[in-house]
Amino acid sequence: MNAAAAAILAQEETHVELLAAIAEAARAIFDAKAASIFLLDEETDELVFEATVGEGSDKLVGTRFPSSAGIAGFTLVTRQPLILDDVASDPRFARDVAEATGYVPQSITAVPLLHGDRTLGVLEVLDRPSRPDDALKELDLLGIFATQAAVALELLRTARGARRALAGSDDLPGRIARLAAAIDDLPDERRAAGLELLAALETLVRGGRSGG
Amino acid sequence: MQELPAWSLPATAVDGIELDDEWPAAVTREWAWEGSTGEGVRVCLLDSGVDAGHPLVGAVERSVAVSTDENGEIRVEDDPAGDLCGHGTACAGIVRSLAPGCELVSVRVLGAGFTGSGRLLVAGLRWAVEQGFDVVNMSLSTTKREIAEALHEVADSAYFKKTMIVAAAHNLPVDSYPWRFASVVSVGSHDQADPLAFYYNPSPPVEFFARGVDIEVAWLGGTTIRSTGNSFATPHIAGICALILGKHVGLTPFQLKSALYLTASNVGTGA
Repeated sequence: MNAAAAAILAQEETHVELLAAIAEAARAIFDAKAASIFLLDEETDELVFEATVGEGSDKLVGTRFPSSAGIAGFTLVTRQPLILDDVASDPRFARDVAEATGYVPQSITAVPLLHGDRTLGVLEVLDRPSRPDDALKELDLLGIFATQAAVALELLRTARGARRALAGSDDLPGRIARLAAAIDDLPDERRAAGLELLAALETLVRGGRSGG
Repeated sequence: MQELPAWSLPATAVDGIELDDEWPAAVTREWAWEGSTGEGVRVCLLDSGVDAGHPLVGAVERSVAVSTDENGEIRVEDDPAGDLCGHGTACAGIVRSLAPGCELVSVRVLGAGFTGSGRLLVAGLRWAVEQGFDVVNMSLSTTKREIAEALHEVADSAYFKKTMIVAAAHNLPVDSYPWRFASVVSVGSHDQADPLAFYYNPSPPVEFFARGVDIEVAWLGGTTIRSTGNSFATPHIAGICALILGKHVGLTPFQLKSALYLTASNVGTGA
């Protein structure tokens, strides 16, 4: 049980690292100044920065904004990828990024992160050099990254759900996991006594019947 | 006596289904839309709203917003908010550039957040079909299967009520709707500069490709912006549909799609 809890926590960290790696790869491939991945928090109807690399990225992870705000929000609700250039001429276009970072990009490429029939978030690449001749290829390439990012987001979402379930309202599974780990760590003799105690406890909670 | 619905065709009734419009042996662009401005055609933009004062958009006949009230009931009300993003204005400007004489109506289904947006999309499309618009531009899609079923029903109903739905396709390997339905015209992007260049795709589900790369489009506050995406290819086809319907009033979506096919840049006389 304890091992399972540790694995879930480790998974969450790994998935966060994976998202950052995908954002970094997208930034590098498109020769862009920054890239961000947003997760939709369905409970609050907000988009959350989950990974961000490049300019203006400091301390952004965890920042939230309404799910239909800015280009990221619009990409989310339309489920349509798009490239916008010259957005800096009106900061309203980029308020999702600009308000949080103070960094106003010249261009935004945004693609929705879809997994099965779920819309999970948005991947944005900021300030890539304008290459109209390659725009269609770029959107296709970004689609490949989006597929990866969507799978990583789904794993992260699942891991967080599992952690919440594990924590529970009274953290019963966590307490049992810690107890099991503590008994497991005991010297042999005391470990045997601990296991006997657990067996007795099991008999007790089952109403006197043997645990079998 | 009220006529019975035409579920069958006895020989004596053949004269009764004569077509209003004579189709030539070879359908050309000249036949299809030369001289048309789209006048008399009502085009609905299901989007983020439209900035009616924009010089590239011109007059917007009506703007409504679809929302849910405190009881969860759908409401369609006149909307003074304009465009919340710029996307709807961009699409409206493209339709206007091709069909300057058409009537534009904005139905805003976006802007209230992600939750419930699929339901507003269905309600907005249903309202548009009830209003009898000739063309509905949908540069948006949904992936929710329960929403897709409702959308499918409305799209099929539009097809038989002579409302042509023109929907942006996806360039991602996902199942999204309504562009995948056979009752709509689905549009992807090509990267040429000619707004009247469009291609039929013999390997659906994307049926047509239209200009969608590096387009200067209308945006918020009377500005323009350069943009790329199937969202902007779609209103090119919507505009061409408006031109055709302006000249050939009352074509069914089947006939309109046939005319699009026959005038496509890679088909027949369209080249």
